[in-house]
Amino acid sequence: MLFLMAIAAGVLFAAGIFMILRRSMVKVLVGILLLGYAANLLLFNAAPLIRGAPPLIDPVIGVPTVYADPVPQALILTAIVISFGVTAFAVVLIRRAYAVTGTGDLDNMHCTDIPCESEEILSDLEDEIL
Amino acid sequence: MTALSITILTGFLIAILAPFLTRLMKHRAAFVLALYPLAVVIQLLALQPDTLTAPSIQFPWVPSMGLWMTFTLDGLGFLIAMLIAGIGTLVILYGGEYLRDDPYLERFFLWVIIFMASMLGVVTSGNALVLFVFWELTSISSFFLIGYKFEYESARAAAWQALLVTGAGGLAMLAGFVLLGQITGSFEINQWMQNSNLVQESALAPAAFILILLGAMTKSAQFPFHFWLPNAMEAPTPVSAYLHSATMVKAGVYLLARLFPVLGGLALWNQVVPWVGLLTLVGGALLALGQTDLKKLLAYTTVSSLGGMVFLLGLGTPLAVKSAMLFLLTHALYKGTLFLVAGGVDHSAGSRDIRKLGKLAKLMPFTALAAGLAALSMAGIPPLIGFISKEYVYESTYYYSNLPFILTGLAVLANVANVAVAGWVGIRPFWQQPEQKDEDLHPHKESLWLWIPPLVLAITGLFMGVFSQGTAQTWVAAATSAVLQEMSKVKLSLWHGITPMLLLSVLTLMIGVVVYLASRTLIPRLAAFWNKLSSVGPNIFYSRSMRAFLSVAGWQTKILQSGYLRYYIITILVTTVTLAVVTLATRYDSLPNPQWTQPRFYDVIFIVIIIVSAILVTRAESRLATITLLGAIGFSIAILFLLYSAPDLAMVQFAVETLTVVLFVLVIYQLPKYTKSNYPIHANVLHIIVSAAGGIMMVVLMLLTSAVPSNSTLAPYFMESSLPLAKGHNVVNVILVDFRGLDTLGEITVLMIAAIGVFALLGLKKGSKRGGNG
Repeated sequence: MLFLMAIAAGVLFAAGIFMILRRSMVKVLVGILLLGYAANLLLFNAAPLIRGAPPLIDPVIGVPTVYADPVPQALILTAIVISFGVTAFAVVLIRRAYAVTGTGDLDNMHCTDIPCESEEILSDLEDEIL
Repeated sequence: MTALSITILTGFLIAILAPFLTRLMKHRAAFVLALYPLAVVIQLLALQPDTLTAPSIQFPWVPSMGLWMTFTLDGLGFLIAMLIAGIGTLVILYGGEYLRDDPYLERFFLWVIIFMASMLGVVTSGNALVLFVFWELTSISSFFLIGYKFEYESARAAAWQALLVTGAGGLAMLAGFVLLGQITGSFEINQWMQNSNLVQESALAPAAFILILLGAMTKSAQFPFHFWLPNAMEAPTPVSAYLHSATMVKAGVYLLARLFPVLGGLALWNQVVPWVGLLTLVGGALLALGQTDLKKLLAYTTVSSLGGMVFLLGLGTPLAVKSAMLFLLTHALYKGTLFLVAGGVDHSAGSRDIRKLGKLAKLMPFTALAAGLAALSMAGIPPLIGFISKEYVYESTYYYSNLPFILTGLAVLANVANVAVAGWVGIRPFWQQPEQKDEDLHPHKESLWLWIPPLVLAITGLFMGVFSQGTAQTWVAAATSAVLQEMSKVKLSLWHGITPMLLLSVLTLMIGVVVYLASRTLIPRLAAFWNKLSSVGPNIFYSRSMRAFLSVAGWQTKILQSGYLRYYIITILVTTVTLAVVTLATRYDSLPNPQWTQPRFYDVIFIVIIIVSAILVTRAESRLATITLLGAIGFSIAILFLLYSAPDLAMVQFAVETLTVVLFVLVIYQLPKYTKSNYPIHANVLHIIVSAAGGIMMVVLMLLTSAVPSNSTLAPYFMESSLPLAKGHNVVNVILVDFRGLDTLGEITVLMIAAIGVFALLGLKKGSKRGGNG
């Protein structure tokens, strides 16, 4: 199971990275969401995966002998909520940016003029890096 | 010594208060501020330099690293501190008058006093690192003072040049200090002196010496770094007089003298230092003869004189060291005076061109007197102290074992230039008819505080010459003893009988007078010659290398700071993956083995859903499909949480997932449509490779971390304490709201801020493109 979890998280990471490299703002946001899922899985995998033993204290028995580690769970809980906050803010920000600039293309947004006249620099850079 | 150090360091406080005082009192603040250097002078006078046995005090700086701020004072420090504080008092008084109605007078006071305190710090530091800090502070205050008239491009350029040249030298010096620190295991200069044999045996010593020499050469404007000093004449004249003639530029000479006991024994010392000094001595003198601007004339002769001092220290014989110390004192006295005189002339007559100035003695009798005395001293005419100093210089070269005739000849040549320049600056503007009539010049009378300071300095020079057996002799002897590290006697007198030195003096004077009279033909020719040569000079080299530096910086910025998010992400990822791969590869043998656990049927279903959806998301062309796929991933993860003992996570994930989908559906038609990816193919391939590398790295890292047996002590602690300490059965909840309650408060704050942001962005009126009032 560990392997499968790791592969799922890896695929989510890869997909997330691929998406934040896109030019469309919405796709970048989707990438961030995917990275959030991946990070949660990564945290979840940090403790041994245990079935059917949630970290609850039984009123009768007390502390169970086998239980899942509560610490990563607490961390993930925080992460889920925060990433929701980020998503909500980003969605509204993208909506606003789109309303003002009329474009969802990041390459049109890195300078103050619309449309941005920097296609040349872009292709130069692309050539230089590859 | 403690009291003196505290007085010196108070300077920084006074400097900060100076602007406020200047706002209150205008230029009259000078009379209050001059009390600071005056206090230092008085405290210095209370100490007897000849009985100084370098008492030192220490303040803790970084005691854990063995760093102490050590302050100490010996004869050498005493001599220069006296010049700094004494001339400093006069310069503050003079500057208050010179810049009387200047709107930036407060800055002048601020930086001059910072400079003063730093320079006093340099000469009283007993620790090399403390010395370095003060040294750089003098460079910085010099930067601000040269750039005082910042409206002028030339002033800004000169300020930069001075800062870059002296700053670079300062860094070289620091590297040299670090090497010496490595050799001796200490940064206390005292320790270096005691361990000078260690230094001389070390293989690192030549490198340390060259680096420190670079620091001294840049600061003291030695060839080929001399070019910044004449350019620094952009500064107001009191600054030129003070920093760029009398004190700051002597820091390099001071450094060499200070480290003479440490590095003087190296063979390199005698092979390099005298030649650097000699080249500067002669070059500066010849360059001076091509100038017509009062300040430039003085600047180039200053370069020449600094060369002279370095040359003498380089010779390193006791006699040469004595002459160097005497020359240092003498030069500060006469050159400081002449600079102040030049400022006064500029102020009254409105020009600094020696061809246009003349017959000013009637209007400015006291300035003329000061100028005359200083010029006589500079020309080396008895009974002024300059005469004794020059005799000493000739004696040092004449009795030097190697090449006495060539060395003496070159010294005579430099002094001939000194005689001529002394005449051009100190005599000609006051007594001769101007060479060119300039109708625009309307000289007015001298102001009180523009002639008192130069006259005081000039009379000090006269006094020290006539009564040379007194103060001057004591001070020079004390400084020489400190440099040579043995008690040295110095006997200064005006009359030695008929000696070769006296004959050389007469010869110098005669040729000097001829050169003085030949100014009309000589100056233009030399100026033209130097102009031709300047295309290969170090100044050009400086501007070329600056331009090259800027274009390299621009090129690398364009590469590294492209402004495109994806390049930053790719750079970060590639770096991380590379580091991870290198680390894993080097530790391949000791890596743990992850354990294979059999998955169940349900697990496989949800994992497959996640993987397939994630891949499909990257290919999705419609926004609705994307949201659906994201939902599938989120809910699958929630179910996995449920299956693996995390019911709280599952609940939160379900709730958040639902909310996210709702949010997206609400705004989806206000979001931009997907633009068709128009990356070139190779960019897409690069992105896929980078993403895959990142994903694979994460898989490997996850498997490796989970293979390490977890023996967390946190989990048992929380499980056991949850009920007794926090009265809660759900441990995850207890952690969030109780044990780590403050973290949760932070989380809530983040959510609040995000909510406020969302609200503000939604509230913005449509069409308010420039931010608006949301």
